[in-house]
Amino acid sequence: MPDPQTDDHLDEPAEPVDEQAAEPVDEQAAEPADVQSDGAADVQSDDPVDDPADDPAEERPSGRSRLLDALAHPRRGQVLAAVLLAVVGFAAVTQVRTNVDDSTYAGSREQDLIDILSGLAGTTQRAQAQLQDLQETKTRLDSDTSKRQAALQEAQSKVSTLSVLAGLVPVTGPGIKITITEQTGAVKSENFLDLIEELRTNGAEAIAINDKVRVVAQSSFDQGVGGLIVDGKLLTSPYVVTVIGDPAVLESAVTFGRGPADELKDDGADVKVTQEQDLDIHAVRQASDGGS
Amino acid sequence: MIAALGLVVGIVLGLIFRPEVPVGLEPYLPIAVVAALDAVFGALRAFLDGIFDDKVFVVSFVSNVVIAAGIVYLGDKLGVGGQLSTGVIVVLGIRIFSNVAAIRRHIFHA
Repeated sequence: MPDPQTDDHLDEPAEPVDEQAAEPVDEQAAEPADVQSDGAADVQSDDPVDDPADDPAEERPSGRSRLLDALAHPRRGQVLAAVLLAVVGFAAVTQVRTNVDDSTYAGSREQDLIDILSGLAGTTQRAQAQLQDLQETKTRLDSDTSKRQAALQEAQSKVSTLSVLAGLVPVTGPGIKITITEQTGAVKSENFLDLIEELRTNGAEAIAINDKVRVVAQSSFDQGVGGLIVDGKLLTSPYVVTVIGDPAVLESAVTFGRGPADELKDDGADVKVTQEQDLDIHAVRQASDGGS
Repeated sequence: MIAALGLVVGIVLGLIFRPEVPVGLEPYLPIAVVAALDAVFGALRAFLDGIFDDKVFVVSFVSNVVIAAGIVYLGDKLGVGGQLSTGVIVVLGIRIFSNVAAIRRHIFHA
């Protein structure tokens, strides 16, 4: 036989089946009829495991034939082995089944459970730290958002105020209506401008003339033929000036002694002031006008 | 033949009855099974060598199981149960391999 054979035989005696190999030789010799019968007993008695290299050719067929013989002819001696094998099979199946459906930690050792628990505790701690971080971020973002919304609201109210002042939108509210009717002479543009200035000084929010021209910061007044030219539009008597603001304040601003109303009367015009609780100004300026 | 039938009967019984393993024994059953397997392979090898004896088989079987479980139990008491059961499995695994190698030589002549 080739080398591997001898190698195998070298380590074979080194790892003998302790319980089986140490004793059986004399047990077997004491009552050989118990287990084996015919030729097998002979071979085994004079060729134990201890020196298998002696005569391997003689030994090997006997091992196999013994197995075949045992399979072919059941003997009473096998019953014990059968019982033990049944125990092994039973236990193995039980263990396999336990292992398969043991999803809980019921069978784990105390130390393993402690390790698992401490691992979970660490995970929990990390998760909680993360949670805290995220909540702080959320709070920060929330306050950012509310600040931004406040700024936005403020900007929007400013926009609406400014668009009223710039005359970009129609306005509704309490105010006064001034009707100037030329009778004996033409109204001078500087006196008319004085009236507008006086109204502005006393808190007029929106001013329109004849519901055609919206008066804003850039409005211009000029003397024209047969009337006044306001922002390039010729307006004729009667001039109806609609002003949104506090009616009482505005009226006194127009009618105080030697005020705009008197100056206009000096020009030869009739001035009537009426307080209104609900005035509408429809005249608007285009956004591009404001820029120029 | 009877022995092989015994193995089959044991497996079938295990499948039929589906016994619950007591919680206290749960860590020791796998070790005990491996130890018993070692005894079984040792017995098969001895049988092929012609030196099989059922008394020895029974004694080795029982002592293998008891010692393996006992070592692991002791390890549990000492706080090194996990490591010791690994060690027992390794030793038994080596023995099973060498026994199976001998059995293989007997049966396949290789």
